[in-house]
Amino acid sequence: MSSQRTLIHGLILGAFCLGFGTLLVMTNGYTKDDIALRAVEDRQNSLRQVIPDSLHDNNLATDTLILKSDQGNEVVAYLATREGQVTGVAFETSGSGYSGAIKVMLGVDLEGKILGARVLSHKETPGLGDKIEVRKGDWILRFTSLSLGNPPLDKWKVKKDGGQFDQFAGATITPRAVVKAIREGLQFFDANKTKIMEFKVDKTQTTDTEAGKAPVKEIN
Amino acid sequence: MTTMAEYRTIAREGLWTNNGVLSMMLGLCPTMAMTNSATNGLGMGLATAAVMTASTLLVSLFRNYFSQEVRIPVFVLIIATMVTIVDMCMNAWLHELYKVLGLFIPLIVVNCLPFARFEIFSTKNSALPSMADGFFMGVGFTLALTTIGAVREITGSGTLFADASLLLGPAFKFLEMRVLPADTGILMMILPPGAFLATGLLLVVKRMIDERSSKAVQVSAAAGAA
Repeated sequence: MSSQRTLIHGLILGAFCLGFGTLLVMTNGYTKDDIALRAVEDRQNSLRQVIPDSLHDNNLATDTLILKSDQGNEVVAYLATREGQVTGVAFETSGSGYSGAIKVMLGVDLEGKILGARVLSHKETPGLGDKIEVRKGDWILRFTSLSLGNPPLDKWKVKKDGGQFDQFAGATITPRAVVKAIREGLQFFDANKTKIMEFKVDKTQTTDTEAGKAPVKEIN
Repeated sequence: MTTMAEYRTIAREGLWTNNGVLSMMLGLCPTMAMTNSATNGLGMGLATAAVMTASTLLVSLFRNYFSQEVRIPVFVLIIATMVTIVDMCMNAWLHELYKVLGLFIPLIVVNCLPFARFEIFSTKNSALPSMADGFFMGVGFTLALTTIGAVREITGSGTLFADASLLLGPAFKFLEMRVLPADTGILMMILPPGAFLATGLLLVVKRMIDERSSKAVQVSAAAGAA
């Protein structure tokens, strides 16, 4: 008798699971294209901030190259091309801040000069460390047009460590992590420069077909 | 049929006498985590209110179909489904709002307040009163979170409703104000300890108000008797 009751409860629960599961599958089906589209738009927006529009005529978010970092992690590089020529590259670099990783999107031109840097995500103390966000202060903008030689490598530090970058009152670890992330990003660019340059030669065609496909998908 | 007076009782219970945070002390995890500014508190509250309204309705509609023994898993199923649907729909169609609220939505699953209302109210009442109960409990939750957020934001960073226009649209820019000069706030108030301090202080305030009004009732009753 009791096993029969257990069976009934199991069936009831199973029926509810089936019903709500179906509902979720349907919702997922209706929303997944729009969600994918939004993700691409978001990436384009963050890329637009680190690579000026005048520098490229391609879709940054879709022309990508996967590179390997020193630590063996995969880094996605977004390439800016104009008339088939690579003019710049953007990629994510990260440093470890006061509480967790700080992700920075870095745009670099072919001479290794920074086109723009923006903090994508961080978990720093609100009111102290969050001045690295462009919304809360212009600190991050001072990196624009700097490169590995300017200032010299040993000055790519916060002032407290003998470098040339200001820290904020009450927060040294956060700016130190961002400066380190950007310095390492530039070194990463240096190490992979040839790969990025090579890429333009045999990528021109594939880029075009990909760029041709993307808008069609959107129309459908 | 539920009368108007009963709906009024439901509203008063949800907003004040049985307020989720300040009386029942439920849902304290999102309360503590999400109230470092009034805008965050408001966002979390609104998302919770939406999910609660929908899920209390579902629970009361299905209340005759699930047995006592499996009701808890069914509650979990309903609330998880509602949260996921809201999360996906907002991500797809209200993306700007999602970027602000997105963080909060999955947290609704760990809120005990909906479960308490399912158990106490929705499983015993028909659809409309249950929905009203869920809605007013949600609005009461929103009020409590916004107040705690406002107290913490004013004392911690000296602003009130900062970034409200990101959440509610540019029309609400007027809400954003600076109460204290920049860099004068007590940082601790926007860090986790501030959540406990602010919530505790607001609990004291609510108890004091309740005490005073119950005394007033007693006095007037005594005067009536005399």
